[in-house]
Amino acid sequence: MRHIISLLMENEAGALSRVSGLFSARGYNIESLTVAPTEDPTMSRMTIVTSGSDEVIEQINKQLNKLIEVVSVMDMNEGDHLERELMLVKVRAVGEAREEMKRMADIFRGRIIDVTENSYTIELTGTGSKLDSFLQAIDSGLIMETVRTGACGIGRGDRILKL
Amino acid sequence: MELTGAEIAIRCLQEEGVEYVFGYPGGAVLFIYDALFNQDKVKHILVRHEQAAVHAADGYARSTEKVGVALVTSGPGATNAVTGIATAYMDSIPLVIISGQVPTSYIGEDAFQEVDTVGITRPCVKHNFLVKDIKELATTLKKAFHLAKSGRPGPVLVDIPKDVSTQKVEFSYPAAVDIRSYHPALHGDIDQLKLAAQLLLQARRPMIYSGGGVVLSGASKQLTDLAHLLNFPVTNTLMGLGGYPASDKQFLGMLGMHGTYEANLAMQNCDVLLAVGARFDDRVIGNVEHFCQVPRKIIHIDIDPSSIAKRVKVDVPIVGDVAHVLGDLLAILHGTKQQSEAAALAAWWQQIDAWRGRNSLAYRNSDEVIKPQFVVETLHRITGGDAFVTSDVGQHQMWAAQYYKFNQPRRWINSGGLGTMGFGLPAAMGVQLAHPDATVACITGEGSIQMNIQELSTCKQFRLPIKIVALNNRYLGMVRQWQEFFHGNRYSESYMDALPDFVKLAEAYGHIGMRIEKPSDVEPALKEAFARKHDLVFLDFKTDQTENVYPMVPGGKGLSEVILAEDL
Repeated sequence: MRHIISLLMENEAGALSRVSGLFSARGYNIESLTVAPTEDPTMSRMTIVTSGSDEVIEQINKQLNKLIEVVSVMDMNEGDHLERELMLVKVRAVGEAREEMKRMADIFRGRIIDVTENSYTIELTGTGSKLDSFLQAIDSGLIMETVRTGACGIGRGDRILKL
Repeated sequence: MELTGAEIAIRCLQEEGVEYVFGYPGGAVLFIYDALFNQDKVKHILVRHEQAAVHAADGYARSTEKVGVALVTSGPGATNAVTGIATAYMDSIPLVIISGQVPTSYIGEDAFQEVDTVGITRPCVKHNFLVKDIKELATTLKKAFHLAKSGRPGPVLVDIPKDVSTQKVEFSYPAAVDIRSYHPALHGDIDQLKLAAQLLLQARRPMIYSGGGVVLSGASKQLTDLAHLLNFPVTNTLMGLGGYPASDKQFLGMLGMHGTYEANLAMQNCDVLLAVGARFDDRVIGNVEHFCQVPRKIIHIDIDPSSIAKRVKVDVPIVGDVAHVLGDLLAILHGTKQQSEAAALAAWWQQIDAWRGRNSLAYRNSDEVIKPQFVVETLHRITGGDAFVTSDVGQHQMWAAQYYKFNQPRRWINSGGLGTMGFGLPAAMGVQLAHPDATVACITGEGSIQMNIQELSTCKQFRLPIKIVALNNRYLGMVRQWQEFFHGNRYSESYMDALPDFVKLAEAYGHIGMRIEKPSDVEPALKEAFARKHDLVFLDFKTDQTENVYPMVPGGKGLSEVILAEDL
């Protein structure tokens, strides 16, 4: 099953490779991994999207907790949470397709952030599956380039990951 | 007072009460060696290869309760140390390894003797540090010692660039450090402990399975008290030997791939299993599916939560230091009125005694050829079972584990997890330095001993009277055994032609060598060697070439699918 694991870790050189090294050494999947400093500059927050059986996910949580630089780990799937991912898509937009592409961007609540004679760059935010749906909804032949941040997650309401 | 980084490094070792540093100098650590030269509190042991430095520090740590320390230079110094570090990591041995690094301004430029030491060692250390700021050096070393010995112990590496070792800063050594992300649990959860106590008292076919965690945590007394209080059978893993006295009647011997019949069958057939400081590894329980076919309740005590429920589902997980947890469990059991299932226990012991009756460690001795088991048994007898025994890896290691009956913890020193050939001799050096008056034997084979034979020179320099007991069967014995069993007797590259004359070799290094070819000479030779209190003696026993280690649970099989010597 797909899990979103959030963790706080020391904002130190090498911390990221400890996490990624752990995943490769133990054969765990990484669907996506994002990391950036938090409001406390000594700490980074990482979101890892992974998948595995309950036993594997339990081991991933324990192994992450075991890393000395990892301060705190939360499996988002253990409670209510929100997930967002940002995608930028550059599409060919000429002739009739130009109008159609604008309509599709509107339907998916995307924003066109760059325009040329032949192309649009669309910014889209949502869950991973919403972004997937958008890509499926448009003519795949028109897609020139996509870039995605990978998911980040946050607990709903009182679910808070803090030191 | 302002000190250089090099002086600070040595001062930190002094503050930690480090007696010995095992190391090898080189360009990047010249200033640290200079600081070492100018003091006499910390003694340096010059090895002949960095791998041996780490193994020696490891042997020192295993035979004491202290942190072992090694010092190596950058580049090849560090890469040579990696096998030693990985060995210690797999067996959770507390070490601090200081490595030199090229100056900070050269890092990343492929400088002479530059290697990404922190990157290379990352998967085989508990933690590591690259110290780029002299102001961080003392605190980092304090953290390194704290991390190495607390929680689940392990090796910690501190990489010090050469320029950091020359810069100066005011020195103060912190009395303690707090790492906000690191607070290992000592005591187990009280509700879980109560649940465990209840399960133990209800058990009809109980079993205690204990590992290296008991030795590391110093919990032998608690374990023995618990087993005696409940009248439960006990088995030890390879790493746990000595954690429970082998001469105790409740001891079933070692379990696992080469464990006794009674230990493996009791393990397989018990209804309540108390696992203490052990991790259900593949050489211990064999095939997981086979092991899990039998319904049983498992209580698992371990300081490392990730060891629990890693391979086997557990009913009562208890995270904490084994000595603390067992102490608390004993208190609960002493305070309860509930009785254990005496009648069921008596029947269980009857069953166990029937398994014991198979006498699975029996072997056919010979008047013609020296049986390796006989050498270890004789060694046990003439050392009063009281020696420190290190070993290398292979058949001789298993025979040592099976036939040298350890009654005390920290006496059996071997590379269990990583299985590192070449471990035995350098580890014995660390043990002998830690216990200068003790009897130290290194049980080895002609294959393993050659992996760090150069340390005979170190032994000479520091007058270490180790007794090397080489079971020389002219084969890489364990490889040959597997080839015989599973590869149709095709002995691919497991025979060593052109072995050195070990007697002459020992003599060349300034030691005494003895060659023993007849069974009747085994005892006199061992007696003579061990009477030489101040000499290293290399005993080269020409043993039976075809002897195999039994019992054997073949890889991937279950614990009850055991091959016994009598079956053949």
